[in-house]
Amino acid sequence: MLIFLLRRLLQACFVMIIISIISFAIQDRLGDPVRQMVGMTASPDERAQLRDELGLNEGFISQYWRFAKGALHGDLGTSYYYKESALTVILSKLPATLELAFCAILIVTLVATPCGVLAAIKPKHLLSRFLMVLSSIGLSVPIFIIAIFMVYFFAIEWNIAPSFGRGQTTHVFGIWESGLFTKDGLHHLLLPSLSLALALMPIFIRLIRAEMMEVLQSEYIRFAWSKGLSARRIYFIHALKNTMLPVITVGGIQAGTLVAYTILTETIFQWPGMGFLFMDAVSRVDTPLISAYLMVVGGMFVITNTLVDLIYGFVNPTVRFASHGL
Amino acid sequence: MKIIVTLACCLALISFNTAMANTLRIAFDADPVSLDPHEQLSEDTLQFSHLAFDPLLRWKQNGQFEPRLATKWQRLDDRTIRFFLRRNVTFQTGHAFSAKDVVYTIERLKKSPDFRAMFDIIESVSLVDDFTVDVHTTYTNPLLLNIMAYVFPMDKVFYQNHDQIIKYGESFASRNVSGTGPFILVNRELGSRLELKRNPDYWDKNSLGNVDRIIFTPIRADSTRLAALLSGDVDFIFPVSPIDIERTKRVAGIQLVTLPSTRILLLHMNQARRKELRDRRVRKAINLAINQPLIVKKILKGYATPAGQLSPDSFLGHINDLEPEYNLAKALELMKQAGYEKGFRISMMAPNNRYMNDEKVAQAIAAMLGKIHIKVDLKTLPKAQYFQEFDQRSADIMMLGWQSDTVDSNNLFEFIIACSDAKTGLGAYNASEYCQPSINDDIRQANREMNPEKRRRFLQQIERTLHKDSAIVPLYWQDLIWAAKDNVNIQDIVNDQNYPYLGDLFIEQK
Repeated sequence: MLIFLLRRLLQACFVMIIISIISFAIQDRLGDPVRQMVGMTASPDERAQLRDELGLNEGFISQYWRFAKGALHGDLGTSYYYKESALTVILSKLPATLELAFCAILIVTLVATPCGVLAAIKPKHLLSRFLMVLSSIGLSVPIFIIAIFMVYFFAIEWNIAPSFGRGQTTHVFGIWESGLFTKDGLHHLLLPSLSLALALMPIFIRLIRAEMMEVLQSEYIRFAWSKGLSARRIYFIHALKNTMLPVITVGGIQAGTLVAYTILTETIFQWPGMGFLFMDAVSRVDTPLISAYLMVVGGMFVITNTLVDLIYGFVNPTVRFASHGL
Repeated sequence: MKIIVTLACCLALISFNTAMANTLRIAFDADPVSLDPHEQLSEDTLQFSHLAFDPLLRWKQNGQFEPRLATKWQRLDDRTIRFFLRRNVTFQTGHAFSAKDVVYTIERLKKSPDFRAMFDIIESVSLVDDFTVDVHTTYTNPLLLNIMAYVFPMDKVFYQNHDQIIKYGESFASRNVSGTGPFILVNRELGSRLELKRNPDYWDKNSLGNVDRIIFTPIRADSTRLAALLSGDVDFIFPVSPIDIERTKRVAGIQLVTLPSTRILLLHMNQARRKELRDRRVRKAINLAINQPLIVKKILKGYATPAGQLSPDSFLGHINDLEPEYNLAKALELMKQAGYEKGFRISMMAPNNRYMNDEKVAQAIAAMLGKIHIKVDLKTLPKAQYFQEFDQRSADIMMLGWQSDTVDSNNLFEFIIACSDAKTGLGAYNASEYCQPSINDDIRQANREMNPEKRRRFLQQIERTLHKDSAIVPLYWQDLIWAAKDNVNIQDIVNDQNYPYLGDLFIEQK
């Protein structure tokens, strides 16, 4: 067990090093940060001096070494634009993104589960067919199209919900800027979370349907029928339980997609979260912030994956002895 | 606990709503990078300066100056102007405004990397008394007033001793403000929100301005910004993309205000990189092949003025008879004479998010050059990367937009077509590598000439030379396009430099 644990942790460290090299290496490709700091009329001399002060004229290796040393101490550099530690900036935007993602996941769970189950139980039903067609369309329509349509109808035409921003926020527990506790905040949350949910929904509906159909074929369900249990009990207790396990696993894998989608959603709705921050940093060539974001997101992935692996290792010992080729 | 918090918030919101008199919610495409007015010479910084500070004097819509913190000024001699300052003005900290603040501010401007180039001509500022200062220039300078419009007096007592200008890190001035302006900063979340309230002790009691609160949100995406206005979430936006203009016009309750600006868009043809471009006939042919009026009509929907020179109408150097010329037959003829009947390949770069529809314009130009058999390899880049390439002169043809800081032709010439000189910073944006000593002489003369008529002759001479040599391709002066709700009278407070004087903005009650 100990060997397995160490091996997994080593792998995680190795992956993080690769991520750090990549996120640092793209810095040169993004443009000139100095150009963003000075006006058009600043002389070339002024700009050269600023490059020196920022240490941009040193070699790649020495720059990376400085970055890596800082990263080990939890210092991912200072954002040029925000003028404070990049990690602090990212963490301050984290609540907005998490709330958005949480609400989207909530909507997906509450809507996709009954839809998927319905489509599995009554595959010939008109509503089920309609759902399947809709989810096929949903799979192939990009999220920004959905979002733009939502803004057009809900915000401009019908004036139901605001089109951008986060609205009123309150401090909860002293550290968390939350929009969940004000009417205005919830109002602002409506469109972005719905867009994000609609982007993730189709895949889950189809997945739940497929899993459920498979489960309904199994022996123990037939046995339950023959015992004379009520339909509701069979569908929603016995079958759904076993359906949800693989769905949750896939849900974990979808976390990456969720990150990608939050970047798009936040950009469209001017949602002040991490994704929006990242896009902003790219257009401002705020290189320390870009690297820090990639490190943080990469770190999240590595941690979740490692944890999932370890838990699997505990639950299913055979996994531990399968060689991982390290 | 949660319930109590929620209730408290609701109560706060209710009381807040009744207290809101005239709130103006603005969405522009960028926010100031710093609260320090001297950190960056850029449109957004200056827009903010006009809110939290007052200039000594400012431009009116008709192109004249109006006094602000300076009540009047008089020229003592060719190198000195005396400014008489307004009395009984206080900074938002309560400190009284006087001549010492003006001296302090100008000295700080002379240290700012971005403003230094402009303020270098000011040799010294001397205190005459508490409300009078004399500004001395190193040589006779006709543009001193234009430069003084950039002086927004800062509170010396407040800033002194911790007033370093730092571009990439913490500084006191980038987080704290004390000015005499119509608005006082309430809070700022960098990149997402800026909130100001009316300054109750503002000196200008004659102003019609009745905005009590400003909530400013930077929204970068054109469509999101417009949606925010159309859905009623904001009252005033800038800019509006040309493709959205027709639609916006059709919406009831929304007004569109446009002004021709002085920002010139042009193409540089690099003569150092390509021998073909050293031939005046080829440059002329390129000028003749590009149809500026068509670009303006089709791509910019008419929201620009086709240009045949650099100086817009209102500038001293403008020559009325220099119109953009389009003549394909003549262009082909010139190419033939120059020995390029079969044409040649050429590389071109343009930004894709800096100027109005810049990418589409660049594509149209590439197609137009195809008509005279010049095959253009066009590459468009985001501005962050484009200007890096521009500095390195990475392509044969490069697009540039320029707005004169001094509202005068000479600033255009100094940066765009003067012979490049890394020491003086002249010709920093001369990607033509075109160098005409006579133009440099004229620029120098025009910088010292006090007689407007003589000065006009120098500046017009430069425009003539440029036209004769076909040194560059002037394209158009782009318009500024704002949109707002009908009851917000923005047409009275916008100007062609895009510094809306929000302190004077009048909102009609609905």
